[in-house]
Amino acid sequence: MTIQAMAFGYQENWWSILTSSFMSNALIGGTIVALAAGLIGYFVIVRNTAFAAHALAHIGLPGATGAVLLGMPVALGLGVFCVGGALVIGVLGNRRSDREVATGTVLALATGFGLFFNSLATRSSSTMTNVLFGNLLAISREQLLTFAVLLVLLAASIGLLYRPLLYSSVNVEVAQAKGLPVRLLSMIFMALLGLAVTMAVQAVGTLLLFALIVTPAATAIMLTPKPPRAMIISTAISVVSVWLGVALSAMFNLPPSFVIVTIACGVWFLVWLLERHVWPRSTGAASRGIQSTAPQSTAAQSVTAQRISAEFAANQPETFGDHGHR
Amino acid sequence: MSLSEIDSTATALTFDDVSVVRGGSLIWSEGTFEVPAGGIVAIIGSNGSGKTSLLNVVLGLIAPASGHVRVLGKPPGEVNQIIGYVPQNYAASAGDAIRVCDAVMLGLNGTRWAFGRPTREERRRVAEALDAVDAGAFADRRLSELSGGQRQRVAIAEALAARPRMLILDEPLAALDLRNQREIVQLLDRLNKQLGVTILVVAHDLNPLLSVLTSAIYLLDGHAHFDTLDGVVEEKLLSHLYGTPIQVVRTPQGELYMRSRS
Repeated sequence: MTIQAMAFGYQENWWSILTSSFMSNALIGGTIVALAAGLIGYFVIVRNTAFAAHALAHIGLPGATGAVLLGMPVALGLGVFCVGGALVIGVLGNRRSDREVATGTVLALATGFGLFFNSLATRSSSTMTNVLFGNLLAISREQLLTFAVLLVLLAASIGLLYRPLLYSSVNVEVAQAKGLPVRLLSMIFMALLGLAVTMAVQAVGTLLLFALIVTPAATAIMLTPKPPRAMIISTAISVVSVWLGVALSAMFNLPPSFVIVTIACGVWFLVWLLERHVWPRSTGAASRGIQSTAPQSTAAQSVTAQRISAEFAANQPETFGDHGHR
Repeated sequence: MSLSEIDSTATALTFDDVSVVRGGSLIWSEGTFEVPAGGIVAIIGSNGSGKTSLLNVVLGLIAPASGHVRVLGKPPGEVNQIIGYVPQNYAASAGDAIRVCDAVMLGLNGTRWAFGRPTREERRRVAEALDAVDAGAFADRRLSELSGGQRQRVAIAEALAARPRMLILDEPLAALDLRNQREIVQLLDRLNKQLGVTILVVAHDLNPLLSVLTSAIYLLDGHAHFDTLDGVVEEKLLSHLYGTPIQVVRTPQGELYMRSRS
């Protein structure tokens, strides 16, 4: 198959590999997973749940190996454990100090059980590898349908919850005072994260999942502080990483997960370098105590605001100076 | 509602024999007082005396163990859409991922479901709120890029965006330097006078606020009381309240301040 004796090297027939039917499953599945990861990633960072996202992937491990043991679909076991684990973390982790320790403890326990179940089921070592490192090529047509349904569910939920979820992430006390069900929102978010993790594990595995969900979102937030734009950029990075990853893995006979993760991390590192050394934004200057100049648009904006404020004040003459009781 | 509909003669808070129990123990009781609307009211008391519990009762987040509470004439919690709440530690974690104007916008439409583009009217009100706190110049910055004083202004702008009739601030001056403390105090005074909003402010240090306060709710010996500023700024009461001898000094210019006497 290869033109060289080595296990990896340029494969001339990569285009025919890429366009074969099993590869199209991988590409479609990978795209769905990347869209899901990109959508949820922004909120993972805003809500400070990156560690929980990482842990959830590991919590899925005993689910997957346990499912093999019981002769059930691996994805089902993964899903039950990821979503269940997400809800447990949501309940336990009310205070952040508790959440770190609770999450880490559950993570260790889950990994241990994953290993134990795997040792009981003699033929599951390939499952173990697939869950740990992902295997896009193992995605079946039936799974694609499930993935598509989950993606629609995820996108619809995030679309519906967008503003309350953002509000309760940025300013939880005020959101609660304004009557938002912040605990419920938190649980729903964790469940959605559990779903996204279940899908992403199939693509890149538990060990590499961080790079598909959290890293692209972190990269996007470095590039823009505008939430919708950050979500679009994050999704684009995830999708491009998956597509390039699958293409390059076909070209050079490499494990797709490895290439996907390397691209996503490479983009993050590049943006991080550029941000630090080429176009440092005012954050750096402000933190070093240097007064940075205001962005160009704000001058016009504050003139508008003054005009508006004048109108505003003109409409309220009766509220001026009627506080003689001081 | 527009601000011109504000009825500044209404009562801001009515407490009738209110008590608060947290975790099985009585925090304070016998809270019976009326706070008139339109003033700047300090909420004072030593650490652990139940200031935060009092805020939570006003916001309807905890139910009083006994008694009746009215906030702007309604049961607590029912009027939270016209109460601007500024908690401590505003946006401590998410600051890198959101701009100032987006955060303030959430104060206006954050409780509405679904994704939606802000309307022209919403943008106008955000600009107005930012301008009211002199924060228009950093509307496009990330929250994480702001100094402590700027961040506090943005928190107040977010509360103002919904055009509240009452502002509740939890320790707004903690962790600010003297200049920023003075600027926030002046800002509160201006908002109170120009917009007619009643302001409740939890503060452990009264000195920076003394020039603008009208009255105070104080938590003393497990009871909640309310009095005018002159009634509260009194050596015996303050010494008792803080558990250390306090001297009240009036400067020849008429300024009031208090200090711990050794």
